[in-house]
Order: sequence, then structure tokens, then C-alpha cells
Amino acid sequence: MSAEALAPHRALGLTDAEYELIVEKLGREPNAVELSMFSLMWSEHCAYKHSKKLLGQLPTEGPYLLMGPGENAGAVDVGDGLAIAFKVESHNHPSAVEPFQGAATGVGGILRDVFAVGARPIAVLDSLRFGELDSARSRYLLEHAVGGIGHYGNSIGVPTIGGELYFEGPYEQNCLVNAMALGIAQHERLTRSAATGPGNALILFGALTGRDGIGGASVLASAELGEGDADKRPTVQIGDPFAEKKLMECSLELLDRELLVSLQDLGAAGLTSSSSEMASKGGLGLDIHVDRVPLREPGMEPFEIMVSESQERMLCVVEPARVDEVLAVCAKWETTATVIGEVTDSGRLRVLSGGDVVGDMPVEALVDDCPLYDLAPEKPSAPIYPAPRRTLDTDDPAAILPAMLGSWNLADRRPVFEQYDCLVQSRTVRRPDDADAAVLLLPPTADGAHPAIAVSIDGSGRRVACDPYRGTVEAVLECAANLACVGAEPLGLTNCLNFGNPEKPHIAWQLSESVRGMADACRALDVPVVGGNVSLYNEGPDGPIYPTPVVGMVGRLPDAARAGRLGFAIEGDAIAFAGPFTPSLPGSELAKLRGEALPDGLPEIDVAAVRKAQEAIRDAVRRGELRSAHDVAEGGLAAALAECCLGGGHGATLDFRGAGTEGERLLETLFGEGPGGFVLSGPRPVLAALAREIQLTFVGEVGPADDALTLTLDDGAQLSWPLADLRAARARGLADALDS
Amino acid sequence: MRFGVLRFPGTCDEVDAQLACERVGEATILWHGDTDLQGVDAIVVPGGFSYGDYLRVGAIARFAPIMESVIQFAREGGPVLGICNGFQVLCEAGLLPGALLPNRTLRFVCRQVDLVVEHADTVFTNACAEGERLSIPAKHTTGCWYAPPELAEQVEANGQVLLRYAPGENFNGSLGDVAGVRNEAGNVFGLMPHPEHAVDPLTGSTDGLKLFQSIANHVGAHVG
Repeated sequence: MSAEALAPHRALGLTDAEYELIVEKLGREPNAVELSMFSLMWSEHCAYKHSKKLLGQLPTEGPYLLMGPGENAGAVDVGDGLAIAFKVESHNHPSAVEPFQGAATGVGGILRDVFAVGARPIAVLDSLRFGELDSARSRYLLEHAVGGIGHYGNSIGVPTIGGELYFEGPYEQNCLVNAMALGIAQHERLTRSAATGPGNALILFGALTGRDGIGGASVLASAELGEGDADKRPTVQIGDPFAEKKLMECSLELLDRELLVSLQDLGAAGLTSSSSEMASKGGLGLDIHVDRVPLREPGMEPFEIMVSESQERMLCVVEPARVDEVLAVCAKWETTATVIGEVTDSGRLRVLSGGDVVGDMPVEALVDDCPLYDLAPEKPSAPIYPAPRRTLDTDDPAAILPAMLGSWNLADRRPVFEQYDCLVQSRTVRRPDDADAAVLLLPPTADGAHPAIAVSIDGSGRRVACDPYRGTVEAVLECAANLACVGAEPLGLTNCLNFGNPEKPHIAWQLSESVRGMADACRALDVPVVGGNVSLYNEGPDGPIYPTPVVGMVGRLPDAARAGRLGFAIEGDAIAFAGPFTPSLPGSELAKLRGEALPDGLPEIDVAAVRKAQEAIRDAVRRGELRSAHDVAEGGLAAALAECCLGGGHGATLDFRGAGTEGERLLETLFGEGPGGFVLSGPRPVLAALAREIQLTFVGEVGPADDALTLTLDDGAQLSWPLADLRAARARGLADALDS
Repeated sequence: MRFGVLRFPGTCDEVDAQLACERVGEATILWHGDTDLQGVDAIVVPGGFSYGDYLRVGAIARFAPIMESVIQFAREGGPVLGICNGFQVLCEAGLLPGALLPNRTLRFVCRQVDLVVEHADTVFTNACAEGERLSIPAKHTTGCWYAPPELAEQVEANGQVLLRYAPGENFNGSLGDVAGVRNEAGNVFGLMPHPEHAVDPLTGSTDGLKLFQSIANHVGAHVG
């Protein structure tokens, strides 16, 4: 190895130019403590140096927005003086190395973000991607990531109410584990993280500080995974949900008693990131005495204490007169709390140990001076991804539907979501599988109404790989469609951008096009982005992941009792297809199962028409007129119909004559995908009225309970699937993989 | 009447239990470190993960100061209901027969289950009918009730099994499909499913309310 390769700043992930800039900002060479702190604060994970310029395109203003990007979580107004705080964050790299702890601490981290802003966490959702389940590694990652999410969320008493889960080859080495959390607070209780008041005390409370997770942000989250990743195992943090439960109750009690000036969680880059962010937002300085930090193991160096990513810790600023009260509340919750420093007006972050200054840096240099890079996007001239492996050898629609429902991307998610407590806190109005979005009760209003919020998380990497711009627009529309199906109006959106190495032109192109698509879709729907997270460098020797922007949307509905369901409910109800839906096969689940290469581009989308359909359907659900509403997604109309039948336990008889069922058209009609389509059921006059507002076609009738899904084609022939067969096919896919 | 709902570090379902109790009476949260039961008429030991389920489920909570008072209250005939982790705590405290083992699948399962009411002439089921089916969610990793053969026989002979999983619903492998069991005296009852999550039509069934109503009926008749 050459002497150059051993340069400490390179080993920590900084470029030579970045190192020179640090020297310039300090006016001297950094010492080891300072260098390790800069390397974290200037990592992709903390500084967003390859994405920050792009993210400026996203709309961050809206009528319901209370707190936008920049705080630990964003927040929207849900009426009656209440706010919902929410955010999604990735824990991809740790989960690829150690899935149980990686996923568990991902949930722990996003929960801390939510209670750091003063909101009581009320729900978790997760978005997961793994390689195909015929790989032992993917089955291992799935089982343990799901186990870790359940372990943490269940033990802490926050329901996991929804999520999404897909399997594609490009996630084989880099799985994605994105967790979203929501919290509820009175408007006035929303807390910011800026440190204010020189002379105020800085208190660290929660778990002891150990050597776990040292350098996680720079080593794991900001570089590609490759050979020898087992060596990175010590950089994965270990979660303790019991410690977090006490920490959460303690934090919320401290805020209820109005004892804190500001509050911040310790996540990636530990004390370094949390303290410098607090100081930066307040425009002040901080002195931190690392020798006062309670340690899990003796002999830790100052730099180790500053960069440790030990979980379940919080940092708060407290007026000197309130310190004793704060320590008493922490003692009540059996949570260690220590005054480790104070707010200064120096504008510098100083690290002290045994009375010596062991680090002294301008806060601005740490937080704001990391160079931001322009991407060099270039559309690739040849396909980046190999065609999926062919797993379906038939063109017979009668055989395709059960095969598709049993495939890993469409199979029943019950074996996964049954491992999560979706009920604790007594708010869950729609559980997983009841409806397209989860629905949670808000407190009743003074006039006796029962409003609710709805939430959904969506993203389709394969569609975005086909067309980064339109694929991302589709993801935003899909999320809004899910809210519309339960009767909710979208209030705000959070996103997690999971991409490969942005220093490569084709990944830069995917990222830029995707962000442009998200910005356009959010503007078209008038939904602001309240915050989010970026996870780059998700690639290994076999190439990059599918570009995977994940969006989480929160909406509100005025009457929980009328929240929509997806299943057909009453025999004899009319069934209609609604919305500006133009099915196409390239890039669809069927195309994947048939091993077809990804197309270069997806069809154009009439976003305004989709919005209009969503609004009309939302209003009909709110009026209590529709018996079911389900959006058409993976697997097209046939899969959506099967889901409506199985969800409600009712068969259906549909007339597809005139819908285009000749030859290849039949497969496109049944299994083609695209945004804007809905399957609705209800009384015929209600649907007829809706047909005057939006595109709507009557296609059939809800049949007897537990009967069959039957379609009549152009030539009068019939396709018919007994529900028992479809149910059995759909039940097997994931259950078999988890139990093998 | 007034219920006291215990809160240990790591308890998760105490607010849910409090809300359920408040549908039939008043309810107060009682802190694990206190010993004063504040004159409540009945105790609910709620679900969750007291002390993180460390060591063994319910094993640490059983030694909390409040439990001394709860054991005394139970010996004096006061009604005590243990739900999920509360059931585990009461077994550890020796107030209920048997023990809870890990589920057959070794996984956490959250599922709406049907229960059958075995006896309706009790403190906890007097608002139900014998043979009635209740739809109540269950959610746990360690809910497989077990007792050695002699004890199990005795429990059955005494009619201490108040709730059983309906046919096909026993996902955790409990002996004799036992979902809920009382003590010999009849004033302490524990069950793995969560009746406090089945008290509001907006969030599911209301069948769980019958257990809370039963306790209120009992206290009303005896304390008045």
C-alpha cells in the first residue's frame, strides 16, 4: 500500500481538496479529534454534498405546513390545534451488514427524530427492498430485518401500521430498509433544536456511550459496499428498545413540564452531529467536556466519544435554574443524565478533556462549509440493468393471474405484517390489508366529530429505473391515490432518495431526473415536502440498485367512520373502473416475470387528469357513497380485481367486452400498468353520478361471498378463477420463503 | 367505581387499558415505584414489555414495589385483571396458575382471534353468555400457556379456564386452547388477548368491553 493511500483523511473518506479546505478554515492542520469530526460532518450522510443543490427544487411551502425541512422532522397542521410530525429515513447500509440490528436501530432513530420535535410517536411504516427470494441471503435479510423492525416497534409501544416490500435482483447486495415515523403534538409543543442562551447547560441523557457505530456515517453510509464487508460489522449499532421507551417517556415529560430550551436526538455521527447542528441553528458555540460523558467501557479516546453512534441518547439545552428538575425527571425514568457542557457565544465547538482543549473548530466550518458538488448527469447510452430472470412460461391469462398473485412482489404480506403490533395506542381504524392507506384516529373534536389521518408509503424502483422522471411522478401519484381511496386529502410528503453512486454520470442522471419528477408531481398536487433523507452509494461490485425514491404522504379525513376500504363488500353492488388509466406492459410485473428487459422510458402521464380523478374519488369516499375503492398498481387490473375480491371475501362477475381483449391486447388490458386507475364498487346511481365528473366504465357486479372472479371477453369466452384458488396462491409466496 | 392501571418501565398498553376502563368507570395510572393503591376497586396489569422483557417475561416487574400491594389486594379478594404482559407478571407473582412459553412459531404474531366464553358466572365474564364467541386481537411472542399435567387437570376441574381460543384460532400452541385463566378464588384473571383493543367500533370490535363491564358489574354489586 502506498503512503498516500494511508493518509488519514483519505481513510476517513475525505478528498485531498476537502482536506485542504479544512486546513484553510481552521488556519492549521486539524488534530485527530477534529479530523474525525470533520470527516463525519462533511460526509454525504450529514452534508448531502451531492444532493443538496438538487433538493432545492422541491416545493416546501403549503397551507398546512408547520415545520419544514431542516428540523429533526417536518410537521403539518391536522386541525383542532394538533400537528402531525413525520419523516422517513434510511438504514440501508447497516441493514445489509447486520439486518436485525440495522433495521431495529433504523426504527429507533426515526422515532427519536419524531419525539425530538416534541411529538409522541403514534405510528411506524417501513419500505423494504431485497433481492429475489430464491437467494438464501435475501431470505436471511428479509427475516431478520422484519424481526428487527418488530422487535423495536413492538417493544416500544408504537404501532407499525403499514409499509411496502418488493424483491428485485439489483437489491441483492444492497437491501433497502427505510423507516417512517409519525408523531402527534399540540402546535405549541413542537420543539426546535437550536441551542440558545449562552451559559445554558448542555445535558446528555439516555444510554451510555460505547464504541458501537464508530464512523458509521462515513464508513457505511457514504461509500459502496464491497468485498470484506464483515470487517464493517463493528460499525453497526446495537438497539435497546427498552432504553428508548424510557428515553421517549422521559423526553416527553421534560417537554410537558416545559423544562427544555431545545432538544435534539443523537443519530448518525453521534455527539458531533447533534451538538454542531444545535449550535449552528442557534448561531452560537458549545463547550463539550468529553470526560464527563458516561461511558460503557473505560479508556475511550475523546474522538471515539465524539463520534460514537451508541443508540438511545438525546441532547438538550437547559437553563441553569432548571437543571436539577431535569435531572430529577430523568432519574424517575431511570435514565442517566449528565451535564456535559454549556452554550457559549464563541461560535466555536470546543471539545475539552481533563481541562485541556482537544478540539476547537468554528461551528460554521463543520456545518455549512462542506463543499457542495454539482452532479455531472448523463443519460446512459446502453441499459444499466440486466433483464430480470424469466420465471413465467405461459401466455395463458388463466394461469398468469394465480402465478402473479403468488409471486414475491404481489403475494400476501400477512406473514410479514403479522409480526408487527398495529394496534397499540388504540388509534388504528384501518389495519394493513383493510385499505390502500393506513388510517389513524385523531382525538374527537369539541363538536363530536371523529377526524382521522391517513398515511401511505410508496416507491417502485423498477418503474423509476425505466424512466427516472415519470417513474418518480408515478410514485407520488400512487401515494396520493392510496390516500384518496380512504378519503384523505394529502397535507405533506416526506421522501427518502435511495440511489447508487452519484459521482457516476448515469446515477447522477437518475437522481436529477427523479428529483425533477418529484418536484413537478408535488407542485401538481400542491403537496409540500416537509423533510426527508438521502441514501447514496447503494451499489456494489454487481452494479447499482434500481433508483428508489420512496415517498411517504400524510393526509386527513373528516370522518373516521367513513374511511374507505379496498374489498368488495356487498353482493349486487356495481363495479366500475375509473380514472385516466392507460395500461401498458413494458416495465410491468408481468414483463418482469416474463424476463423482459426494462424499456427506455414510460408513457406520458396526464397528471392533472389523475389529480381530478383522485379528488372526485376522495370526495365520494368522504360522502360514504362508495363501498370500496382500490387503486390499480402492480399486476394491473386483474391483480387489483383479485385483491378487491379477496379483501372483501366476495366474488365478482365482469364484462370485458369492448375493453380490448383480442390477442396480445388481452394481456395488456388485464395486466398492463400505469398511474390513474381505480376499481370502485357501490350502488349503481352513485357510480353513475361519478361518471359525470371523471372517466368511468361500468364493468360488472359484486358476486356471492367466496365465489369466483369471472371475466367475459370480447369473443364471449370466459375466464374464471375460484377465490379459494387465488387466495391459496397469494398466501403461499411469502409464507414459503419465510418458513424455508 | 375506579380502576387502577399499573405502569412499569416498558409498559405499552396502559393508556389503552385506561381508556377501556373509562368506558365503564374511572381509572387511575399507578406507578410501579409506589405502594399506595389509592383506594381503587380493581387492578388492571396491562400489556407491554415491562423491563424490556429482560431476564424472562414478567420476571422483573413481579418484584416492583407496587406488586406487594397488588398481591395483598388480591389476597383480600380484590379483582385483578392481567392482560398479556400483565398475565405473565401475575403468573410470575404466583397469583395465577401455569406459565407462558414462547409461541409455537417463535415469532411475534398480531392477529384478531375468536375466543369462546367457558363460564359466564364470574367476576370477569358476567356480561357475557356461556359459549359466546368474542372477537379480540392478540399480539405477543410469549403467549403459549402451559401447566404441568397435574396442575392443568386441577385448573380444568375447578373451571378456572374462562376463555379458550375457538377451534383453529390457537396460534401460540397453548395447552388446552387456554386463552385466559383465573385463580382458584376467582378474583384474579389473566388472558393473552387484548380486550382493551376491542372497545370501540371505529377501531375494531367492541367485544373486549364486556370484560371491563363485567368487573364494573361485580364491583357495583359488592361495593355499591
